Amino acid sequence: MRYIDPHIHMVSRTTDDYEQMAAQGVVAVIEPAFWQGQPRTQIGTFQDYFSMLVGFERFRAAQFGIRHYCTMGLNSKEANNVPLAEEVMDLLPLFATKEGVVAIGEIGYDDQTEAEDKFFRLQIELAKEVGLPILVHTPHRDKKRGTYRSMDVLEEHGFSPEMAIIDHNNEETCKEVLDRGYWCGFTIYPKTKMGNERMVEVVRQYGSERVIIDSSADWGVSDSLAVPKTARLMLERGIPVDQIEAVCYRNAIAAYASSGQFQEDDWLNPSPIDQRTLFEGNSVLRGGQTPRIDEPAKEGLLIR
Amino acid sequence: MSAAPRDVLKSWLSSRLPEAAADWLNDRAAAITAGDRKALYLAFGLAVRKTGKAELSLSAEELAAAEQARPGWNASSWSIDQAARVFLVLHYPSTDADDFRKTLDQMFATGEVHELVALYQALPLFPHPELFVERAAEGIRSNIRAVFLAVAHNNPFPAEQFSDDQWNQMVLKALFIGVALDPIVGLDRRANAELARILLDYAHERWAAKRPVSPELWRCVGPATNAEGIADLRKVLDSELATDREAALLALSASSLPAAQTALTEENQSAVTDPAVRATRWRQLAASVSN
Ligand SMILES: [Zn+2]
Repeated sequence: MRYIDPHIHMVSRTTDDYEQMAAQGVVAVIEPAFWQGQPRTQIGTFQDYFSMLVGFERFRAAQFGIRHYCTMGLNSKEANNVPLAEEVMDLLPLFATKEGVVAIGEIGYDDQTEAEDKFFRLQIELAKEVGLPILVHTPHRDKKRGTYRSMDVLEEHGFSPEMAIIDHNNEETCKEVLDRGYWCGFTIYPKTKMGNERMVEVVRQYGSERVIIDSSADWGVSDSLAVPKTARLMLERGIPVDQIEAVCYRNAIAAYASSGQFQEDDWLNPSPIDQRTLFEGNSVLRGGQTPRIDEPAKEGLLIR
Repeated sequence: MSAAPRDVLKSWLSSRLPEAAADWLNDRAAAITAGDRKALYLAFGLAVRKTGKAELSLSAEELAAAEQARPGWNASSWSIDQAARVFLVLHYPSTDADDFRKTLDQMFATGEVHELVALYQALPLFPHPELFVERAAEGIRSNIRAVFLAVAHNNPFPAEQFSDDQWNQMVLKALFIGVALDPIVGLDRRANAELARILLDYAHERWAAKRPVSPELWRCVGPATNAEGIADLRKVLDSELATDREAALLALSASSLPAAQTALTEENQSAVTDPAVRATRWRQLAASVSN
């Protein structure tokens, strides 16, 4: 089976991660622009970070046969440094329109401050202007309120739910998100977000329509193999293959398709130019090859 | 009078693009001509969405038109989005050299992979080439192979603008990352004694580690080396690999040292005296080792 991890911060990961992801069938990843564990203090570091996402990281991923995409945005934590945030807003249009940028994100609320609200709204308008979907990061604290508020604000700005992916959901938030017509992301992240046994039960209860699974693996204790592992756990626990494919591959393609920047052909049949530029003309490195599946020990599948 | 590069690009694009895409490009070019930097940045990023990314696949006449517009300009591997991007950049006003450089610097600093390839391959088309020498050297330092190749291969800019140090770094890095030397423009002309020394050291290092040495390396050694290099080339002339022997023959043929001629005579070889013939044989050699 092929997988997409539509939310992962590869700049923080090693080549071992890339190797194992490719071996387990991950063919494409989306790297949302986010904070890096420590707040930035200069506009230049934002610029270099954004450049890295469309430059070296894209190339690095391709060396392992993985197609790399990203989203561009000012994250909610750093929105609280208002003067710097204003400068980032000036920089964003330049990056938002680049090749392989599939959404504005991850944006939304963290502490749900006034500044966060201001820059969330400005970026919703930017997404409308450049015609991109939005990836919404929902807060860890006061999650339910933050999640509902994110959707309220999107609707206030007339942003259509099928263009928005609300991420980091749990059993408490997902029903409302699905009922309101949004794409509903679940992050399999040890300890703080979802475990994958819970995820299996969510799919059993809510089905696979508009449900998307990701790892959000980053610089914290996280698991870059969360998507393939969860897929295998679902298979083991009797979720139909078609539903697994939907939540671990197809729905991500559908959710980001409106960007015009995220097509299956990109990794199944890359253009000669892409092969030359990204994959060095080496067919072994191209996406879409038959993945080598290493069967890990059974207990290795669980993420709690 | 021959056409300017941007007119050449325009004709390639208009014969390949659907009308709507061509109109969009011309409209953006007009805004950029007026000095609208933001329009340039946005259109440069968006271009691929309008043009797609097919290969340009230029005809022989089109390639000749490029050569005529700008000697050494080789767009044989260009894609249509790349041509569109360069077309847009070449409309930005360049009379204020400092503004032109700053505008381009920002594009290099924020470039996506394909954008960087387009910019670096367009270096020979930019006005004020002296302002972009450091930038080109930066491209040579890039970890992204396609970016390195955009400067190093089929690009007349390095041979025209690089100092010997910059040139030598480029050649050594090409060998180091295992890419062909032959597509480097001006390879024979820019041979120098320091590069020959660097490459001999490198060859010795490889031999000590029992790693193969690219036969192309000797191309930059032959014309500029000393007695020590000739001694090494003599050893290579005895290699069990035909590609090594051919390389040593061609390299020794390019040396003006009497010892080189002696080496060839003693091995019953005759020098390949015509530089054009040598260049052709180096090209064939490069093709045979890359496959
Ligand atoms: Zn994230």
